[in-house]
Amino acid sequence: MQLISCPWCGPREEAEYHYGGQAHVAYPHDVGAMSDADWADYLFFRDNPRGPFAERWVHAAGCRRWFNAVRDTGTHEVLAVYRIGEPQPELGTQASR
Amino acid sequence: MTRLTTGGLIDRTTVLSFSFDGRPYAGHPGDTLASALLANGVHRVATSVNRGRPRGIMAAGVEEASALVQLEAPFPEPMLSATTIELYEGLVARGLPGRGKLADRPDPARYDAIHAHCDVLVVGAGPAGLMAALTAARAGSRVVLVDEQPMVGGSLLGTRGELSDWTATVLAELTSTPEVLVLSRTTAFGYYDDGFVLALQKRTDHLGAAAPDNAARQRIWRLRAKQVILATGAHERPVVFADNDRPGVMLAQAGRTYLNRYGVLAGNRILVFTTNDSAYVAAVELAEAGAEVTVVDPRTDLAPFWAAECARVGIAVRPGHMVTGTTGEERVTGVHLAAYPSGGASATVHCDLLLVSGGWNPTVHLFSQARGKLEYDAELGAFLPVAGLPGAGVVGVRVTGAAAGTVSLAGCLAGGAAEAVAALRDLGVAAQPVAPPPVGTDRVERAGLVLWTVPVEISLDGSDLSDTRFVDLQRDATVGDVLRAAGAGLRSVEHVKRYTTIGTAHDQGKTSGLIASGIMADALGVDMAALGTTTYRPPYASVSFAALAGRDRGAIFDPVRVTAIHSWHIEHGAQFEDVGQWKRPLCYPRRTAFGGLEDLPAAVARETRAARTGVAMLDASTLGKINVQGVDAGEFLDRIYTNIISTLKPGFVRYAVMCGMDGMILDDGTVMRVSDTEFVLTTTTGNAAKVLDWLEEFAQTEWPDLRVHLTSVTEQWATIPVVGPLSRQVIAAVAPALDVSNEAFGFMTWRSAEIAGIEARICRISFSGELAYEVNVPSWYGIAVWQAVFDAGQPYGITPYGTETMHVLRAEKGYPIIGQDTDGTVTPQDLGMSWVVSKKKLDFVGKRSFSRAENLRPDRKHLVGLLPVDRSVLLAEGAQVIADPDVSQLPVVMLGHVTSSYRSVALGGTFGLALVRSGRDRIGERLFAWQDGEVVPVMVTGPVLYDEEGARRDG
Repeated sequence: MQLISCPWCGPREEAEYHYGGQAHVAYPHDVGAMSDADWADYLFFRDNPRGPFAERWVHAAGCRRWFNAVRDTGTHEVLAVYRIGEPQPELGTQASR
Repeated sequence: MTRLTTGGLIDRTTVLSFSFDGRPYAGHPGDTLASALLANGVHRVATSVNRGRPRGIMAAGVEEASALVQLEAPFPEPMLSATTIELYEGLVARGLPGRGKLADRPDPARYDAIHAHCDVLVVGAGPAGLMAALTAARAGSRVVLVDEQPMVGGSLLGTRGELSDWTATVLAELTSTPEVLVLSRTTAFGYYDDGFVLALQKRTDHLGAAAPDNAARQRIWRLRAKQVILATGAHERPVVFADNDRPGVMLAQAGRTYLNRYGVLAGNRILVFTTNDSAYVAAVELAEAGAEVTVVDPRTDLAPFWAAECARVGIAVRPGHMVTGTTGEERVTGVHLAAYPSGGASATVHCDLLLVSGGWNPTVHLFSQARGKLEYDAELGAFLPVAGLPGAGVVGVRVTGAAAGTVSLAGCLAGGAAEAVAALRDLGVAAQPVAPPPVGTDRVERAGLVLWTVPVEISLDGSDLSDTRFVDLQRDATVGDVLRAAGAGLRSVEHVKRYTTIGTAHDQGKTSGLIASGIMADALGVDMAALGTTTYRPPYASVSFAALAGRDRGAIFDPVRVTAIHSWHIEHGAQFEDVGQWKRPLCYPRRTAFGGLEDLPAAVARETRAARTGVAMLDASTLGKINVQGVDAGEFLDRIYTNIISTLKPGFVRYAVMCGMDGMILDDGTVMRVSDTEFVLTTTTGNAAKVLDWLEEFAQTEWPDLRVHLTSVTEQWATIPVVGPLSRQVIAAVAPALDVSNEAFGFMTWRSAEIAGIEARICRISFSGELAYEVNVPSWYGIAVWQAVFDAGQPYGITPYGTETMHVLRAEKGYPIIGQDTDGTVTPQDLGMSWVVSKKKLDFVGKRSFSRAENLRPDRKHLVGLLPVDRSVLLAEGAQVIADPDVSQLPVVMLGHVTSSYRSVALGGTFGLALVRSGRDRIGERLFAWQDGEVVPVMVTGPVLYDEEGARRDG
């Protein structure tokens, strides 16, 4: 049972959260002008790196707020959490946890 | 006399009677079942699982691999080690042949879970653990100390009371320190992430039938620590030789523990076979207690101190020798000796107890579970923890004492304090190590010999049964089994474990796992370090499912949700069905003329007839309801739903569909506009939470600029549709101030009105096609308003109906249930609902996906109606729809499947809904449903089978 820090509530147990997939995937500007291939790419394809990965999480059984986290997918360690709208922190300089 | 007259931590003034294998015995408080059996001269305890060999007690703790028993009283519990059961009055147990038997009645005991948070968690209350806990406690930290034994002391409990005054003083100080929690009889059995440790506390097991009913028998502690210090000690391991499984063959430290802690001299002629110095103290103490002791040691260069001690107490020492086998049946009677390593000069020596020590395995289970790295120490023949965890984990996990490979008592005491100081430093607390108590000189003078199995060629007759060199006693797995695994080409210890089953029994290979690895390494000629160990997984020791379940069993295993009107349904004989967590009336069977109860078809026929020809009422309170407020609420809903919502005026209601980004239907329901800035949405009962999540996700992440707020109001409203051609009269009677005429109160509008003095919101919406009024009131008043409607409806024969009737009515009208008539692959267009998809809106969730090539295919599956040619045949929901009745030609082309199927009074027979490839182009075609091994001919129709023109909705 990992501890994950909600940027609003502080450290809470993993079971209180839901996972929301890759972060910073912006909704395309003019979807009507997109090709099927480009739309499918937006719809179905996400990165799957080993290592630090910016993800969306929601504190579903807590404040119910969405936020972003950078998690190392190899170790599951949550390296940083930040609120929606805040820029992704530079790793190494970010001490937030 | 096996029980000594003095000594030990037992209370001889109290006698406890117990029974084992049907015979009565006596023991004392402080005994385990194992020590009490040994005190009564009982060595044979169990029978081996596959080979039926007599088995005894080989250890004095949780590492026991042999003495498996079943408790019968006060409550049956299988697969327990005799060494871990504290004796109580009236205990009834029997030895097991490998497998036990679960109770055939419910367990009356309570089980519980509790959370605790601390700065420092110390696992193990031996010398190292006590020093760590005391150091942390004196620094003012919040400390939890857990230990599996009923008293603190750890390995000291097996000595002649060494440091017993000190442990008592430490315990007194710890228990009187406010922020310190000492949990005895508590086994930390799993390390999870970030300092999360689960521990099982056995609270009343030791009281037997005297356990109070109101106390939880066992409790799972969910401990969250900032720093973890593992002072978990070490388990002695044996050396393998032929017939090493006989009762009376025991680990050396176990023999010492039975003597010193329990006052039991487990043999009179004792042979100690050891490869290291640690067993000599056992030999000397047993000799001083009156036993005739011989020590056999394969090493030739003996420690001078121990040689002198043995001479002092009259122990014969045979250096350069080894034990190659034993004699005896129910108990060991003798030992075969031979020169080490040649195997020559063999001899047989009589004995009634054989103590064995092959060295020590540090208890690194929790550290390994925390992904700590282990490294092989060739001198100790053991895997030791490497300091520090991989990655920059936030929680420090430290190992100290014997668990870290420390051999001396002084080293364990100093190490415990030092690790606590280090842990506190990581927490930003400056602490001083507490001073250790004075101890004598440690007498480990010579390195031990790492010996997994004695090097003797055994002449086997080729059968598995001739090999008696047992590695895992509980699994009856031998050296031959390990060698066969190597011969079969297995190279990984993980594979060998599964091939031989070594280490998979209740004891999880605490004494056998490493030996199996050692035999493999020798057989393959590889380094132990390269071979590694099998993965240590939780639980460290057995945990019952009852304890893990805790209070979450029976009615509260999964919460049951009931509506405000539930008690009325019960009083009126409703038959319920589960819809998600909700209990909903399925139907209300009535008494028949013959005194029985209507069956479901009869009740549904009556209820549907009432709704179509008279008036009926439903409890629809379980519908999900979401209140949406804010100046941008209309814009928000325009983006979520496929149709336009913002143009809806207050007082009006609209049916609406929402899709995923992929264009597939997610949910449907109604949208009621309360005011310019407030809407109430309904969702499918089972989808309420998911839809709220979906809306919140978009509000927060995609459109945070929209001023909109979302609140679940499912539980706040009771919802009562009043349905049927006579519903207008009922509503007029119950809400006299309301103009119920079509002109004043049209379809898809809502009005406020008082019913029985309660302000209600009444909607002209219909899920049946009939004239209907949906009454919504705050759920506090749900039952009062339900009763008022029911009373007002009596002159019209108002009939309460359940979900089955609701389903029949909606299916006759072709109204889909999302999740039943759809799955995640169905678009609104597939359902024939293009009309609900706005062409005007620039964009909404899912819009772009509708024009994907895949979603424009003409051969997509469409929702259609199916009428069986024989209208008495009920189609099976899920039945495949096929075009060719000849199913002998494989593969059969499958066109789709039946999604809903009912008997209908209004339609005069059975009917169904189905998703069928190009279904709308097949209307009028004859197809077949494949069910129960037969083809059932069906005619394809449009999905709306009743009142296609919609004439009935206005009454």
